[in-house]
Amino acid sequence: MNAPQQSGEHTVKGYDAELQRLTGEIQRMGEAALAQLEAAIDAVIERDSDAAMRVVNADDAIDTLEQDVSHDVVRLLALRQPLARDLREVLAALRIASDIERIGDYAANVAKRSLVLNQLAPVGLTSALPRLAALAASLVRDVLAAYRDNDAERALDAWARDEELDEQYTGLFRELLTYMMEDPRNITPCTHLLFMAKNIERIGDHATNIAENVYFLVHGVHIGQTRRKGDTTASLAIDDSH
Amino acid sequence: MIDVPSPVAVAPLPPATAAAKPVATGRPKMAARGLDFYYDGFHALKNVSLDIAEKRVTALIGPSGCGKSTLLRVFNRIYSIYPKLRATGEVLLDGENILDPKFPLNRLRSKVGMVFQKPVPFPMSIYDNIAYGIRHYEKLSKAEMDARVEQALVQGALWGEVKDKLKQSALGLSGGQQQRLCIARAIALRPEVILLDEPTSALDPIATGKIEQLISELKEHFTIAIVTHNMQQAARCSDYTAFMYLGELVEYGNTEMLFTKPAKKQTEDYITGRFG
Repeated sequence: MNAPQQSGEHTVKGYDAELQRLTGEIQRMGEAALAQLEAAIDAVIERDSDAAMRVVNADDAIDTLEQDVSHDVVRLLALRQPLARDLREVLAALRIASDIERIGDYAANVAKRSLVLNQLAPVGLTSALPRLAALAASLVRDVLAAYRDNDAERALDAWARDEELDEQYTGLFRELLTYMMEDPRNITPCTHLLFMAKNIERIGDHATNIAENVYFLVHGVHIGQTRRKGDTTASLAIDDSH
Repeated sequence: MIDVPSPVAVAPLPPATAAAKPVATGRPKMAARGLDFYYDGFHALKNVSLDIAEKRVTALIGPSGCGKSTLLRVFNRIYSIYPKLRATGEVLLDGENILDPKFPLNRLRSKVGMVFQKPVPFPMSIYDNIAYGIRHYEKLSKAEMDARVEQALVQGALWGEVKDKLKQSALGLSGGQQQRLCIARAIALRPEVILLDEPTSALDPIATGKIEQLISELKEHFTIAIVTHNMQQAARCSDYTAFMYLGELVEYGNTEMLFTKPAKKQTEDYITGRFG
């Protein structure tokens, strides 16, 4: 059953302003994290160490925004005692901010490893990584739009698409293992690429967390399904018998 | 537009969460059935049906004039002391209709106690405030009366503060103490239901906390209905909450559910402070 819609404004106008400020901060955080992810992947493709450094350095700004959100959430809980939809709005903001902060961290990690890759000879193995990152970025973009528009259906759709990201990650994992077995000189760059891919796969998991929070925010109930996991690398054996 | 409430609101099942308190599944202690109430032509309660679950706390919330205090007053027929007031429908206490003129008022008042917004101690000693009502119903020896007074004051969470000054005037007590005295005075008659009409609205937060703690202890022995304007208080104290508006029961349910995910838009608007 859907939660009921609310009428427009609170009797106390300052309450509306505080809630709008909170959701605005989340949107700015999300946009910043998404920009970081895209810039990190560009830096990988272009082998641009300066751009990668900029990504690494810009992560602090997202952390600062998360602290602002935490502060505003504590303030709202203490001063307004939100209930029902307002309470879910405040809780969702706190949780989503934490997920976005992690997405920012993973983007910075990808950028950091690209600095190491750039010191090695160029490898032609990175093409699958941008595809993986593009899918992760589209998931993040979708869940942020779902949050902005209170669109639980869009959140649910993105939530289901994380499986695709997991499958792509598993494919990339196999591919990189194959390259490493073919030529031990590939081991160093491929290991870095594996970690980068794992970081991107984790971004997808945080996007699904955000989707779950948007769904709860809108409907007042949790997504009542268990998502099938497409990441099977944890149980993937290396067949090196040949 | 007000959504028409279902004809009979019954105590809902307990929520599935492990932390939730067990909910009485037995019969309701009191119940309104198709209750209408008129103040000299003004239709104050409109077809209200509501259960008050036994040994649970039921909170009545809603904006001023919604009928919540009226409903509470009908529950012990206190309206009948005023002319031109009229109730139709049924209010059941253990299945008996208390609105029936044949239902003895004395019996009703001994079973259903009431405490009001402003504490009104009688202008007599603390001891006599408690004993006064008991003497009206029972002939007790001094020792028996002493025991009853002590028991009521202990249950009212006031004994420790007043045991050495029982002969002093109750008017010398603080507001919070006076209100606990009024609760003790109601308890002394060994009622089965206690009606609290905004019992803490004139009290400071510490005195309010003591009353709320008292309510949580009293529900082991009594069925409690409380009218409050303080949403957080309703959320903290009650097991069930009824939201009323313009004389109608809009929504009734498990308190946790009503304050986290109400079913009706009017309830959501009211509890989140969006009521125009």
